[in-house]
Amino acid sequence: MEEIKLIVDGKRLDGRGFEELRPIKIEAGVLKRADGSCYLEMGKNKVVAAVYGPREVHPKHLEEPDRAIVRYRYSMAPFSVEERKRPGPDRRSIEISKVSREALEPVIMKELFPRSAIDIFVEVLQADAGSRTACLNAASVALVDAGIPMKGIVTSVAVAKVDGVLVLDPMKEEDNYGEADIPFAFLIRNGKIESITLLQMDGRVTAEELRKALELAKKGAMEIYKLQREAIMKKYVKEEEVME
Amino acid sequence: MPEDILMEIKKDYVLSKIRDGERIDGRKFDEIRPIEIQTGLIAKAEGSALVKLGNTMVVAGVKMQPGEPFPDTPDQGIIITNAELVPLASPTFEPGPPDENAIELARVVDRGIRHSEAVDLKELCIEEGEKVWVIFIDIWALDDDGNLMDASALAAIAALMNTTVPAERFEVGEDFPLAVKDLPVAITSLVFEDKILVDPCLDELSIGKNTITITTDQNDNIVSIQKSGPFLLKEEVFDRLIDLSIEKAKEVRRILKNINS
Repeated sequence: MEEIKLIVDGKRLDGRGFEELRPIKIEAGVLKRADGSCYLEMGKNKVVAAVYGPREVHPKHLEEPDRAIVRYRYSMAPFSVEERKRPGPDRRSIEISKVSREALEPVIMKELFPRSAIDIFVEVLQADAGSRTACLNAASVALVDAGIPMKGIVTSVAVAKVDGVLVLDPMKEEDNYGEADIPFAFLIRNGKIESITLLQMDGRVTAEELRKALELAKKGAMEIYKLQREAIMKKYVKEEEVME
Repeated sequence: MPEDILMEIKKDYVLSKIRDGERIDGRKFDEIRPIEIQTGLIAKAEGSALVKLGNTMVVAGVKMQPGEPFPDTPDQGIIITNAELVPLASPTFEPGPPDENAIELARVVDRGIRHSEAVDLKELCIEEGEKVWVIFIDIWALDDDGNLMDASALAAIAALMNTTVPAERFEVGEDFPLAVKDLPVAITSLVFEDKILVDPCLDELSIGKNTITITTDQNDNIVSIQKSGPFLLKEEVFDRLIDLSIEKAKEVRRILKNINS
């Protein structure tokens, strides 16, 4: 196969610098029926997140006497990718749902809602690498929009290694032909990154590169965090205006 | 349920031990349980391995057959990894299609093999664009005493090392041993606050299934990471995990290298 150059003259294929995010657009409270929701674009990714709950648990036997259960469903629309994806969960979606749920669970104050469920649904309408990170960012805003008490906000971004260099927030070509993909998510509290809540990696990097990737991801996450905050603030200002 | 009460008691015990700087089975925090590897036990399989990691026991079998390549990689063989947490291995496993834990297990093992390039997929091309070898790695859990992940990763690579490509059976040339070019090793650690317990046993996991698996290749590159479990990982702990996993993998790799001699 022909070698594809992903870095040309110190720039990425879409003209971005190595430490530059794709354009991001976030809007909170876009769905009427959900308790909390968010629409988010990250480059060509377009995702919607909805939160229902705390609400009754179905099926009943999943109930926990001392806390809420958290469920997360990552799903891709058949038309979200080049070749039609069969609807319904595949192995990849099931794994993403698991690690994403585990990224949010320790941040949600579950103990406040015994015997209830907090359901998070994310739908990928268009995918272009990093859809799990886009979905987590949207889910986090939707949780705040639903008024679910949390220890902070979860912000997610990936770092990739392409043509030997680390780049922030890889797009499709970089993900497909790059040497490594490392999605991160962080708990951000009081404007500071406190810990890692999601961490996966596949590809090949040295220990040093991995440490540098973490630093780069943290920088990107802080930028995304500001946009998440803005989206939430904007929703509340709108609500206040309506009340007046 | 009595099982739940027992778990609570175990949890308290594990935690009190950790506070004293000890583990319940007397191991050091970075000590891996004894490893036993037996290969070639399934004659019907192209390759097989039984791995015991303490009391955790896993068997992996490799089957191969010619198949059509993926359109975007017409000159490369295909690896398909599957894991089954069969109900005989634990009272908590249920029959049925793989659940999220089994899927995660298979996918993490798969990534280790794939990204270390342990198998040169180009050597598994029979006829470009038409026919390539498909390798099925099936991981069968037999006894879950904790850390099925590392036992499975070990069983998978050991089974591949033991594999003979069944070319004669499919009339595409002579049988030949599968070339294994790297030895990926997965190291799973249980994280509790700022403590790291390498290769947790089942009782230790009663304090929370909060683990990190770091897989490295023989040149100490990191080829796969998976944080598993609902917990907050401190950066400082992650930093220590990197070097620790590289070091521990070297120990395991030495055992792996010795199985055929």
